[in-house]
Amino acid sequence: MGGYGDVQMIDENGLRMDGRKPGDVRPITIETGVVPVADGSCRMIWGTNEVIVAVYGPMEAHPRKIQRQDRAVLDVAYNMAPFSTTDRIRPGFNRRSREISKVTADALESVVLLELYPRSKIRIGIEIVSAEAGTRCVGLTAASVALADAGIPMTDLVVSVASGKINDVVVCDLNKEEDNYGEADLPMGVLPNTGELVFLQMDGDLSPDEFKQAWDYNMDAAMEVHKLMVEALKGGGN
Amino acid sequence: MVASTVMKGWPVARPDTMSRESSADGPRDSRRDLVVVPGEDLGVSEGHEAGHGVLVVDGRLKSTKQGRMNKKGNTVTVEPLHTTYMPRPGDLVIGHIEGCTNNIWFVDIDAPFNSILPMSLGPAKVEFGGTRKVLDIGDSILCRVQEVEETHQSVVTMKGLGLRKIKSGALDDVDPHLLGRLIGKGGKFLKDLKLESECRIVVAENGRLWIDGEIDGIFKVRNALKELSHEARQVGGVN
Repeated sequence: MGGYGDVQMIDENGLRMDGRKPGDVRPITIETGVVPVADGSCRMIWGTNEVIVAVYGPMEAHPRKIQRQDRAVLDVAYNMAPFSTTDRIRPGFNRRSREISKVTADALESVVLLELYPRSKIRIGIEIVSAEAGTRCVGLTAASVALADAGIPMTDLVVSVASGKINDVVVCDLNKEEDNYGEADLPMGVLPNTGELVFLQMDGDLSPDEFKQAWDYNMDAAMEVHKLMVEALKGGGN
Repeated sequence: MVASTVMKGWPVARPDTMSRESSADGPRDSRRDLVVVPGEDLGVSEGHEAGHGVLVVDGRLKSTKQGRMNKKGNTVTVEPLHTTYMPRPGDLVIGHIEGCTNNIWFVDIDAPFNSILPMSLGPAKVEFGGTRKVLDIGDSILCRVQEVEETHQSVVTMKGLGLRKIKSGALDDVDPHLLGRLIGKGGKFLKDLKLESECRIVVAENGRLWIDGEIDGIFKVRNALKELSHEARQVGGVN
C-alpha cells in the first residue's frame, strides 16, 4: 500500500492496466509431480508469479523437541529466490518469510489430518521463483495441491485469493502496481467444498461494503481456481 | 473469470475442460470419475461404509486423498496414487540401519517414524557396546515388525526364519499400495517375473524389494517395477 492515490490504475471503461475487469483473475497454470525426489510437488504459474512447492514426509520429526505426541507437525518454509524480483533479495529467512510460513502452516493445519501421524513431521518447501504480488496466496494454494499429490490425507484443498482497492474501486487478484499503489489488500484462504475460511489478512482500509465486495470476489475466484486445481490433480500426477 | 495459459509441453488445467457435477445419489462409478481429490463429494453415505481414504461428513462420503475410488460391496474406498507405509505387527520389512547405541539399532523402515531393533532381537549374540560390529550404519536388513505402539513407534526383530542382513543383490522400491499389483492374482505376476529374470525376489510390506541374481535379471526386474509405478500414476490406468 504505497499510498500514491494519484496513480491512475483503472480507465474510464472500468478496465485495469493489464486489461482485466475488476473481478478477473490472472492466467493460471498448475502442474504436479515436478520435483521427482519429493513425495509430492506442484508448480503454479499465476500471472507472472511462479512458485514451486515440494512436500516430504510424513517423516521423523527432528529436533525431538518439536514432536507432538498426538499429531504431526507441519514444517513450512516459504522462501523467495534472490532473483525472484527486480531488486535482489538477500538469501535466507527474514521476518516476512517467517510470518508467511507461519500463516501458511496455520491455514493448512485446519485441513490436513495430522492426528494420523503422531510424532512425525511433514515438510513443505515453498520456493518463489518469480514474484509479482500475491505470492503468499499462490504459495498456499500450490502447497495444498502438493500435499494432495503427496497422498497426505486432507479434508479439503485450500484455495487462497486476494482482492483489494485501487482508485476507490474494489478489484480481484491485484498485480504488482495495484499492490504497490493501491489502497487496500485482502488475502483470504477458503475451503471450496464448505466455504469455510482458514486464512484472512487485511492491509489498508476497506468500508463494510467494500469488504463485502472483496469477500465476494475472493469467494468466486476461489471456486474457479479450485476447478483448475482439481483438473491438475486428476489429469496430472505424472 | 480465470483464463489459462498454454505453455509448450506442459499439461494445462482449464475451466473449459472441467468435468461433471457431483452425483447426489450415492457413489459414482463411471471410469472418468474414478479419480478423486481431497474434499470431493462421493455421494450419500446411507447404505455405504467409509473405507480407506473416505470420511463421512454430514451424511455424505468425502474423499481425503487423491486416488481412485473403489467400491467393494458396501464399502467405498479411495486407493491413493501415493502412500506412506504404516507399520503393522508381523509385517516383513526391509530396513536400513541409521544409527545405534550400545544396545539398540535405529532402523529406517520408510515409515513416518524410525523403528528400533534391540540388541536382544538382533541377528546374533552381541556384547554390550558391540552393536556396530554386527550391524553397522548403512547396512540393510530383512526384519519383521514385532510391535507398534499407539504413537507409531515400532520395534523390529531379526529372530525368525529367513530374517538376515542383506549382503548381496540390489534393493528397489515401489509405493506400498502397488504391492498387490506386483504380486498379482495368486502371485502370478511375481512368479512370472522371477522366472523371466531368474532372480530371487523378496517383497517386503514397506514397498522395498530385495532382488538377488545376475545383473541382467536385476535390470529386468527394475524395469518392470519402473513400468508398474509409471502405469499406476496414469489416471485411468491399471486397476
